[in-house]
Amino acid sequence: MRQWIAVALLATLLGSQVASARTVRWAASGDPNTLDPHSQNVGTVAMVLQQIYDTLITRTETLGLAPGLALTWEQAEPNRWRLTLREGVRFHEGEAFTSDDVVFSLTRALAPTSNFGIYVDTIESVREAGPLAVDIITKTPDPILPNKLASVFMMSRSWSERNNAPRPQNTRTREEMFTVRNTNGTGAFRMTVREPDVRTVMARNDAWWGWREATSANANVTEIIFRPIGSDPTRVAALLSGEVDFVLDPPLQDLARLRAAPGIRVLEGPEVRTIFLAFDTFRDELLYSDVRGRNPFRDLRVRHALYHAIDIAAINRTTMRGQSVPTGTLFPPQVNGYVQAEDIRLPLDAARARTLLTEAGYPQGFGITLDCPNNRYINDEQICQAIVAMWARIGVRTQLNSMPLAPYFAKIQRDDTSAYMLGWGVPTLDALYSFQSLVATRNGAQGDGIWNYGRYSNPAMDALIQRMKVESGAARLATIAEALRVVRTDVPVIPLHHQMIPWAMRSNIAIPHMANNQPYFRWARVE
Amino acid sequence: MFAFIISRILQSVPVLLVVALISFAMFAYVGDPVSIMLGQDFTEAQRTALVADLGLDQPFFIQFAKFVGNAVQGEFGLSYRLSRPVAELIAERAPATLELACCAAGVALLVGVPMGVYTGLYPRSLLSRAFLTFSLIGVSLPTFLIGILLILVFAVWLGWLPSFGRGDTVMFGWWSTGFATMSGIKALILPAITLGLFQLTLIMRLVRSEMMEVLRADYIKFARARGLSNRAINFGHALKNTMVPVITVVGLQLGAIIAFAIVTETVFQWPGMGLLFIQSVGSADIPVMAAYLLLIACLFVTINLIVDLLYYAVDPRLRVSRGRGH
Repeated sequence: MRQWIAVALLATLLGSQVASARTVRWAASGDPNTLDPHSQNVGTVAMVLQQIYDTLITRTETLGLAPGLALTWEQAEPNRWRLTLREGVRFHEGEAFTSDDVVFSLTRALAPTSNFGIYVDTIESVREAGPLAVDIITKTPDPILPNKLASVFMMSRSWSERNNAPRPQNTRTREEMFTVRNTNGTGAFRMTVREPDVRTVMARNDAWWGWREATSANANVTEIIFRPIGSDPTRVAALLSGEVDFVLDPPLQDLARLRAAPGIRVLEGPEVRTIFLAFDTFRDELLYSDVRGRNPFRDLRVRHALYHAIDIAAINRTTMRGQSVPTGTLFPPQVNGYVQAEDIRLPLDAARARTLLTEAGYPQGFGITLDCPNNRYINDEQICQAIVAMWARIGVRTQLNSMPLAPYFAKIQRDDTSAYMLGWGVPTLDALYSFQSLVATRNGAQGDGIWNYGRYSNPAMDALIQRMKVESGAARLATIAEALRVVRTDVPVIPLHHQMIPWAMRSNIAIPHMANNQPYFRWARVE
Repeated sequence: MFAFIISRILQSVPVLLVVALISFAMFAYVGDPVSIMLGQDFTEAQRTALVADLGLDQPFFIQFAKFVGNAVQGEFGLSYRLSRPVAELIAERAPATLELACCAAGVALLVGVPMGVYTGLYPRSLLSRAFLTFSLIGVSLPTFLIGILLILVFAVWLGWLPSFGRGDTVMFGWWSTGFATMSGIKALILPAITLGLFQLTLIMRLVRSEMMEVLRADYIKFARARGLSNRAINFGHALKNTMVPVITVVGLQLGAIIAFAIVTETVFQWPGMGLLFIQSVGSADIPVMAAYLLLIACLFVTINLIVDLLYYAVDPRLRVSRGRGH
């Protein structure tokens, strides 16, 4: 009898332990390719790493800046930022976090094999200014350095060097680097199991400094099990059958069904990603067109005509099923520098479009090819199909060439295109990133025009971009507003919409929706 | 016998070389790994450095010769996508695919052969017609649809079986098996049925038609005249003689099961080689794709060889005629 009581007691004890373990089983279509913090700058890697690693400056729920491993930051001199670090922080394996680790991590992000150059490109050097203070010397005054630092993870120098990983993965080496499958951060969760493409398990790090912050006061997740499920219907089925609790990227066509399913909630919100069309405005004759001897896209009237022909409300309603925010500008409101007055589309007006084409010398329209990815953005191919039909109405005969993302990007990066679709996310949440990459003249410098495959070039725009790089405060905001005005009137690209990103989860999970498409389980609560 | 094996192995060398050449040539069209590896931000200098690093700036045949030279030593380099040695990646994924393929083949054989025998013996019975109708479904529905239907019924509606993954696996040395745990076995059921269904119907129809053919033969009539039991006639004489074409088909289909597990693995997020291949295609991970295609070619060559040897065992006439020919 006594034995039975003991067994029963043990069972209750175990039962209560199971109940207090708050596990979130999380699925998304892709697995992180690597866990090296500075090797690949893509969302699928960051979404797991940011649970494990901290940054000096972190993001708030509204994507503002908040103290992370650094408590304060100030531009002490135009070319020098001074950061003071949080005291008493330890890495998961026990090493104390010091200014030396900051020097190491930023230097590592600067290495040629790093994929994070964009976040540290202005840094000349990093110096310790005491055990808990760091000076960052920049090549030119960099007003948005804190925004960039919010994307650079901090590693331990001793751990990295001990494990022979002082630099991000180099393709020339034949061996796998330790950091590809192992982590040691200071973050809210520490990784306990890593089976690439199968599952990644993270356990709550009770010693994390942030549990004391107000934002995490209600957080209670003790374990995250991340499992990639590539096939759309399977991912939805796994959520419906209760095998996963949280799906980061439910397919659009299943949203209505998920909303109606009992015990499942769909959380909707905007993403910081803008979909647009761009054109070859460089060549004297287009590669893919039936117009000989001249380039119609160099004529502003033609770009305006194509813009006028697009029925964005129809795309929003039917193609996107309401899951988009139509826009007339280059980036969404979350990005620093956004101006409401410049976010105005040219109205849908097919008659005006035909008049403009006639004025430009194309009364019968012309033929072009539109290049389009078919697995990169939400409903990318369908959007292009809709636009092809809309342009046909004003006499622009468009051939659609849609391709999977790998050959698609290879093609447009050779400038082998006349018109193409692109979606642009802004991880720094600052306007410069968009202007610099998309509409600056390509000049070989880091970042300038590297995604400007139509080779749009406008000296006035270039001058504004160079000013954006060094100005600060109100002057800089005025410069950005001016550049947005140029974008609206000169139409280097035809903006379509900002993507919406729905998340689907079981109703017992509460987590803030983030416009950077990153779930922060440190703020999540499971009932 | 030995000479036969040697000659078959020698014959397979050009086959493998051609496969390697074709797959290598194909890679020019799958996209640019460099743009994927560089991500969103890079300079032209970084780009050229990476191209040189990967040896992609060299002429096609030099790249190919290097690839073959390394492949012969079992060295396939580092995956562009995962920064891990390709051989290790494939070895890690192989157990999942092989376990799945064996289960699928087992299901196909253990269910398909008896069903075929039954429909062959009693072609007019109601059950036979039901089997045949069922087999039409297996032949005509595409694999991914069967998979999704099974998931819908058994995972979402009934909640009996998991919809994805391998469940818990146990490591025996480097081999990870799902047979050792309950969740691993449960996870195997739906994908194995999905993958095996087409083969099952194929085997059933093959056995059925062969049985009907053989049952009309003179020696069966003679056996009946001798008063042998039905059991001895059906299984001793008839079934044994239907086995030659069945072995050929099953052998070749085993290769097909492994090679085309891609679809099933994608639907069920089964962490095998097929899923690895599909993911590699998505990011133009040439080293992994090349190694996988070569491996599959090797597999088909080996299976063909084994099937040829099995003929020897099953059909005594082959042994005799070979003997005379040489």
